[in-house]
Amino acid sequence: MSHRLPPLPGEWIDRQHPIDALFEGDRLPGYLGDTITSALWAAGQRVLGRSFKYHRPRGILSFANHDINVLVQDGQRLNGRADVTPLTAGMVLSAVNTDGGVRGDRRRILDFLSPFLPVGFYYKAFHNKRLFPFWERMIRNISGLGQIDPTTPHIRTAKRYDFCDVLVIGAGISGLSAALTAANGGADVVIVDENARAGGSGGYQLGGDWSRAEQTQALVDAVQQHKRIRLYTDTLAAAYYADYWVPLVDGERLTKMRAKAVIMANGAYEQPAVFRNNDLPGVMLASAAQRLIYRYAVKPMDRAVVLTANFDGYRAALDLAERGIQVQAIVDLRQSQSSNSLIQALQARGIPIYFQSCIYEAKGHPTRDGVASAVICPLDAEGVPQPGFSQEIPCDGILMSVGWAPAANLLYQAGTRMRFDDAVQQFIPDQLPAGVFACGRVNGSYDWERKKQDGDRAALDALAFLGFSPSLPSIPRPAPLVEESPSHSYPVVDHPAGKNFVDFDEDLQFKDFKNAAQEGFDNIELLKRFTTVGMGPSQGKHSNMNALRILARITGKTPGDVGTTTARPFFHPVPLSHLAGRGFTPERHTPLHSRHASMNAVFMPVGAWRRPEYYAQPGKSREDCIRAEVNTVRTGVGLIDVGTLGKLEIRGPDAALFLERVYTGRYSNLKVGMSRYALMLDEAGVVIDDGVIARFGAEHFYFTTTTSGAAAIYRELARLNTLWQMDCGLVNLTGARSAINLAGPYARAVLSKLTDLDLSGSAFPYLGVREAVIAGIPALLMRVGFVGEWGYEIHVPAEFAPALWDALLEAGQSQGVTPFGVEAQRRLRLEKGHLIVGQDTDGLTTPREANLGWAVKSDKPFFIGQRSLQAMASRPIQHLLVGFMLEPTFQGTPPQECHLVIDGSDIAGRVTSITFSPTLQRYIGLAYVKPSLSTVGTSIFIRLSDRSMIRATVSPTPFYDPDNTRQKEPLLQRQEMAV
Amino acid sequence: MKWMICPVNGARPITEFVYGGEVRPMPDPQTTDDETWAAYVFNRQGAPGIKPEWWCHTPSQTWFIAERNTLTDEVLRTYLYGEDSAA
Repeated sequence: MSHRLPPLPGEWIDRQHPIDALFEGDRLPGYLGDTITSALWAAGQRVLGRSFKYHRPRGILSFANHDINVLVQDGQRLNGRADVTPLTAGMVLSAVNTDGGVRGDRRRILDFLSPFLPVGFYYKAFHNKRLFPFWERMIRNISGLGQIDPTTPHIRTAKRYDFCDVLVIGAGISGLSAALTAANGGADVVIVDENARAGGSGGYQLGGDWSRAEQTQALVDAVQQHKRIRLYTDTLAAAYYADYWVPLVDGERLTKMRAKAVIMANGAYEQPAVFRNNDLPGVMLASAAQRLIYRYAVKPMDRAVVLTANFDGYRAALDLAERGIQVQAIVDLRQSQSSNSLIQALQARGIPIYFQSCIYEAKGHPTRDGVASAVICPLDAEGVPQPGFSQEIPCDGILMSVGWAPAANLLYQAGTRMRFDDAVQQFIPDQLPAGVFACGRVNGSYDWERKKQDGDRAALDALAFLGFSPSLPSIPRPAPLVEESPSHSYPVVDHPAGKNFVDFDEDLQFKDFKNAAQEGFDNIELLKRFTTVGMGPSQGKHSNMNALRILARITGKTPGDVGTTTARPFFHPVPLSHLAGRGFTPERHTPLHSRHASMNAVFMPVGAWRRPEYYAQPGKSREDCIRAEVNTVRTGVGLIDVGTLGKLEIRGPDAALFLERVYTGRYSNLKVGMSRYALMLDEAGVVIDDGVIARFGAEHFYFTTTTSGAAAIYRELARLNTLWQMDCGLVNLTGARSAINLAGPYARAVLSKLTDLDLSGSAFPYLGVREAVIAGIPALLMRVGFVGEWGYEIHVPAEFAPALWDALLEAGQSQGVTPFGVEAQRRLRLEKGHLIVGQDTDGLTTPREANLGWAVKSDKPFFIGQRSLQAMASRPIQHLLVGFMLEPTFQGTPPQECHLVIDGSDIAGRVTSITFSPTLQRYIGLAYVKPSLSTVGTSIFIRLSDRSMIRATVSPTPFYDPDNTRQKEPLLQRQEMAV
Repeated sequence: MKWMICPVNGARPITEFVYGGEVRPMPDPQTTDDETWAAYVFNRQGAPGIKPEWWCHTPSQTWFIAERNTLTDEVLRTYLYGEDSAA
């Protein structure tokens, strides 16, 4: 039997477009515009879902996006909220959280076990660690929502950015009027509403009076036609972030809306009354019934009892009566009211009104699910029910209209200070942040005219804030309601048999709150965590206010004293696909990346860069490849892409002075055409970066930083230049320039084929720098010795790097030139005893500890870290960086970086670098040790992860070529050639 | 997401900016004693209030000063170093 009403003006369904879906095997007919719930209710289905804990049958409660007990699965789409999810043709729906379907759910047995599942049950029952896995398995099996299909395709959801002057959240009466006024004042306005159509309660809280709907529709029409207003329906303003930044969620995407002012017209959530069996299917909020009628033309019930504590309930009763529904009784929690037009209209229809009465309990139908009668009884002067005077009224539906809670979630997130207003019995904004405005019910304005006026006022305030029309009149906030409070102060009726639900998400009953408070959880934050009130999917939208009133009553406080909890963003569930961003891990490639790849490079991450760790050769292990690369550099010639180094340029009269203030060395006396090691400290005197500074002119230096430090060092140098206001300018050439280090005994022979520059040791000495043309490419050459061989760091514009690479490989063919990777470079430098900042130093390392004292010119007037070094100079040193070697015959597992040096039973240091040296044919490394162990020749013991000890000997560094003969010309070259 | 107003580039999202610490005058390293120097290097004033801070608009590498209420996270004004007209 269909419960569809005859067509109503303004209904949201399109009767020209019937659609069909399936619900748990049965055909579910509906119309385009229906939600799943409205179609089910129209089809006569009363049990729409099962509650989370006790598996009680549940129907419609709010019909406003928090009917959490009515979650449905449609194939791969899980946990859809049936009350707001549009019905579409071909849906195959089932209720979640059932065992055998919603009608015969076998887990309903849990309802009878509920006395054994008291509040805080999980906290109390599962302390036993041994039994925990058993309980966990069982609970996971019983609870939980939809069934995940792991083959569900990955959905990419677009993100969008949007901008406006004024964002109005909520397209009810106050929001619509605010949008119109703001737009008329010149602002670019966006108004959003989570519903499919604008109008809010103006479209359904009619009290049988169509003129209200018509007035509201006129507002909607004006908004839709306004050229400065964009109306987004089906769009949820899900959170509030700083500076008017609001994520808007619709079916397709997340929109990041940047407004200049926000008007919150979010409205209010109707709140349930608490009485026994208030969760039976058929017991619903009055506004839910009104939405069923006016939006979807569905009859909520045939015979209704209306429980009310405000005149909204009377209007709802009239709306029912207008649609031919038998209203059996109005049960008003309040004392008798002086007669008004609403009371007269109801009396004229012969509807009995019981003042100062309550519903003591609802009774279920003996043979099918759903409510069959309401047991009502009078209240005494203290509001205590008198069940001795009860009477039972048969019905198949109960409306609850006892109060509202402001939808203030976004206001809280924006930092609004709220206060409890006794006149309207709700929290209202007390102090709003600048640029955030509130109007309508969330602001305590309830009737149609007041809401419209409040919207106008908020818009004028927003216009003034934005400087649109400073001369606009300022309208005072509408006076609070005095004739009636829209909310009852305590719509809670105790019952010895319980089952009077406060939180429908978590099946929390009135007694659970009493018990929790008795156990000491009598603060709203504690109560929330112990009972889990408001922690279900509806996030307390229908339960927090009653919980707060109950706690206030128990503790003898006012609701304002008890206070509320703050809903974190997002305050409505948002599909994870809307939140998921694209994986964005930027990766930098040097201009030579494809060259490396074509030579079988194995890449490793170095900061944001990908660098070749080594070049794989067929049939060779990683270790063999790396050793071969090391040998090539030592005996022939190799080349490595060092384009990832930070490359900076500084020019200006103060350039040398600036460098002397930021680096420890001296650069004013550096000759043009020469370079010098550069060490940077922080203010505490700790080593933070190093590089090489080359002087190309009196006022022109080119210098490098470590790969990982490039961005941060450049930024800090720019800050210091701003601070010191010196006469010099910095340019970051890190991306603009590339660099290749050509190193090995034959480096000069290879390079000489490509340039006219005199490469003799006397014309271009070690640490010299030159500008030259290499293979037709303008280049800067630096004779560096990081790997310990004769070598050239060749810096060229990035676009020429591949041509240079190819030219070097071509020219070096007869010398057997091959590329080497980062790992070979690390071994080469370790053989040479060069440290790597960040690996061989840490966040406390001073130059003295790292044996870099030679690089510090303490007699300069100032450099960063100088004063701290002075303060530390007289203090004993804690540890020193030393070289060490394992026995030449060592076999087995070598120590690793970070393994500890042990002296007796004490920690005496740690290893920072260790590698097998292909040149020396033994393990070498660097370690920090306490000063007493730092003498060359001392035996130290390194403890491995398996606690075995390895003996090592403190050794002088460099391990290789201590006299630097490889950089000296004639002798070395001849010797090497002779080998 | 917050805005920050770069004195050169105007209002930009906060993700484009990097915080550079409170603006703190350096004691004269030549004359100051070790204790004062150590306090300058290691101690930071954590009490909330209105503080001048270094901020950098990273895409343009523009360093500037922001006066920020560290209690409410409100940026009161921003200006280039040395161009503090209100001071």
